[in-house]
Amino acid sequence: MLAVAPGSMVLAGGTDAMVEVNAGHRRPVGVVAVNRVAELRSWTYDVAAATVRIGAAVTYAELMEPPLAALLPALAEASRTVGSPQIRHAGTLGGNLGTCSPAGDGLPVLAALDAVVHLASTRGERSLPVADFMVGVKRTACAADELITAITVPVLDGWQGYSKVGVRNAMVIALATACVAVDAPGRNIRLAIGSVGPTIIRCAEAEAFAAEQVDFTTRTASADVVARFGEVAAAASQPIDDHRATAAYRRHAVGVLAGRLLRRAFPHE
Amino acid sequence: MSSRTESSNASADVGLNEQYTLHVNGEFHDVMDAWVGESLLYVLRERLGLTGSKGACEQGECGSCSVMVDGQLVCSCLVMAASAVGQPIVTIEGIAPVGVPTDVQQAFVDAGAVQCGFCTPGLIMAAHALLERTQEPSEFEIREELSGNVCRCTGYGRIIEAVQRVSIQRTATSASREADS
Repeated sequence: MLAVAPGSMVLAGGTDAMVEVNAGHRRPVGVVAVNRVAELRSWTYDVAAATVRIGAAVTYAELMEPPLAALLPALAEASRTVGSPQIRHAGTLGGNLGTCSPAGDGLPVLAALDAVVHLASTRGERSLPVADFMVGVKRTACAADELITAITVPVLDGWQGYSKVGVRNAMVIALATACVAVDAPGRNIRLAIGSVGPTIIRCAEAEAFAAEQVDFTTRTASADVVARFGEVAAAASQPIDDHRATAAYRRHAVGVLAGRLLRRAFPHE
Repeated sequence: MSSRTESSNASADVGLNEQYTLHVNGEFHDVMDAWVGESLLYVLRERLGLTGSKGACEQGECGSCSVMVDGQLVCSCLVMAASAVGQPIVTIEGIAPVGVPTDVQQAFVDAGAVQCGFCTPGLIMAAHALLERTQEPSEFEIREELSGNVCRCTGYGRIIEAVQRVSIQRTATSASREADS
């Protein structure tokens, strides 16, 4: 249908799309509702490849529950910070990607874990790294006739977590977010930050610095390393002033979040 | 969910030509001549006359429109009505006959958890959903599970107390049932 009527609106959980429809900002004439397509609602764990393939219409509520939450703990933490129970029952990971807000809670986790987005159209299927999929503020590499079908997320051996700052614990759009994921056997540390730039930012400099300075075996990081990690993360951010927060606040906050997450990953001083 | 642009003259194309059937509170309701973009909240209130679910923010922030769709608590303002065909929908009108309140409704009255009453239907739905899943929630769990329902009158203290009263009653009831058996 997207091929025949490219103006059609793809509707997953509706938690973004229906807000725009209710406000009169979108007047869909055709709707492709994907939230009840069984293939898009399921997920599979490939033990040999150490990846989880998550259907685009899997909800945040489902991502928060075991066994998915045990495989991808940072994604479960991020999901728990989304909206409210009502929103988490409806909102989907594919929708998070489709909207591609810089404040999308699932996106820093997908970026940190080097997830791959699968797209399908009548022209065929293709897959691309999430970093290439996210183009800018609410802009993606998804063509008008393409549908996000699934996301493949690597399962890492190591600590991972997600943190978020907002004005409330619930029902809040992030002012700054961060995800740290440790690949212990690979001796690398990933850091992705959100709400502090046009799209999610991977902090290569902070990652390389941390990987050199921490002790993976004893899970030790000095206070200086933690502080420096936060500073480098803050320097990598590109925040703006808007009605929700100042750029200076966001830059400071994202540094604090990054440092806090590194401390949790490496609890010993 | 996508950032695609619709045609700018779309309003001229919007047809009132959708026909479908919704399963609400155990009854089938035909919806005729509807626009595809209508929310479940709009259809419940304006087409089916079920005005118990309240419309306030229409962006999922306030929880006043909370209903159960296929066993899940959702904001009906964010559900496209036509996409809920074939799924059981329960609204505040469907949880108990008029004049016979549920234990949750009675506890809200007893605890003084109702002031202006606008948020109450949504909160009752959310409290039922919470207590179905967890019979003995902690105060923290209650606050988290009701975090999507905004009340501007009570300050929430009495709402939390009402949920705790039901929890205590239900736990006592199931304990005495076990003792009897």
